[in-house]
Amino acid sequence: MPKANSIIIKSSDEVPSATLLKRFPIPKNFGVAPGSRIERGRTWPAPEGASRIKTFEIYRYDPDSGDNPRLDTFTVDLDDCGPMVLDALIWIKNNIDSTLTFRRSCREGICGSCAMNIDGTNWLACIRFIEETDAPARIYPLANMAVIKDLVADLTHAFSQYEMIEPWLQSKTPAPDRERLQAPEDRDKLNGYYECILCFCCTSGCPSHWWNGDRFLGPAALLQAWRWLTDSRDEATGERLDKLEDPFRLYRCHTILNCTRTCPKGLNPGKAIAEIKKMIIERRS
Amino acid sequence: MEPITGKHARPLSPNIQIYRPQLTSVLSIANRLTGVFLSICAMVLVAWLVAAAAGPESYSAFQGLTGSWAGQILLLGGTFAFFLHLCGGIRHLLWDTVHGFELRQIYTSGWIVVAASVVLTLAAWIAGLTMAGPS
Repeated sequence: MPKANSIIIKSSDEVPSATLLKRFPIPKNFGVAPGSRIERGRTWPAPEGASRIKTFEIYRYDPDSGDNPRLDTFTVDLDDCGPMVLDALIWIKNNIDSTLTFRRSCREGICGSCAMNIDGTNWLACIRFIEETDAPARIYPLANMAVIKDLVADLTHAFSQYEMIEPWLQSKTPAPDRERLQAPEDRDKLNGYYECILCFCCTSGCPSHWWNGDRFLGPAALLQAWRWLTDSRDEATGERLDKLEDPFRLYRCHTILNCTRTCPKGLNPGKAIAEIKKMIIERRS
Repeated sequence: MEPITGKHARPLSPNIQIYRPQLTSVLSIANRLTGVFLSICAMVLVAWLVAAAAGPESYSAFQGLTGSWAGQILLLGGTFAFFLHLCGGIRHLLWDTVHGFELRQIYTSGWIVVAASVVLTLAAWIAGLTMAGPS
């Protein structure tokens, strides 16, 4: 994966070559509820005899302890560890602290389980190289999510919002005896939308969703909404638009485009939302 | 947004406290802030007109304020805010027609907005200062 060599980012897998600020210049606990404040955690001993090492700062939260979240520091022996951030997390779990908790499955960027905040942006741990991370690498759960344990975010709300756009084919005409046919050019309209793996990197990185996530559906659900709106086989376009035409559900999107910047699959939720807005305007005329 | 499960309220993972500033989010918040600032500038503009209507003394007092160092810096900031908001608004109009959404285009148009705002601000001040003549 390339490191950006100019100020023009061309694909979402580019990590910035230089950043003026690694975080917004606001107090660490700005608007943070007392129970969510992050405390200084433990610095675990470095592996002995390691020549190439890398430090990771990792968000920890243990629901059974009753304590606040904390930031632990781990040192990884790179000569004994795979190249990806996920490999480092597994290495830590195997060699330093077996209680470190995170989701992972496919380790090749298709299941979306290991979505987390790495160096301040959301990405999949399995497809981010360790050598692309800062020193120390900063690992948090997906931003703005209720945390179940350590790096495991509670996605219940995100999936409820996905459910709300009714992500299945709806048709009024009688079911045909064979599969529903679609012209190749109609099928092409789904490209760039059907590939979504529901990792929720985009929704978790959207400032509008941070402030209005209870009512704004967020980029992941809205990209899926467009995937069904643009499907030539779906016949519920009107009802779908009726449900979306709402000051919060759709129009809380202010085209910030953090979603398109962060999508690990290189999809374009921002464009999908603009298409929905345009479709709503066009059906009025 | 902190659902209670079992005995503890789950903590909320940090959002703006950790998320890396990017051209996307920075220009978005800049558009908001310049909008607020321009609303204040509009009130200053009204105050200027009121001062002019009230007579030469109040007008020259107002001119004294805007002519001071602090006043000039605020006017410069107001000019820059105006052009940033204007160029940002044009960028949003383009997006409303579903154009310019490729990441390369998003970043190119973003940096064009920044560069154009600086150039237009400088041009406006150079034009203003040369045309105003000695005061």
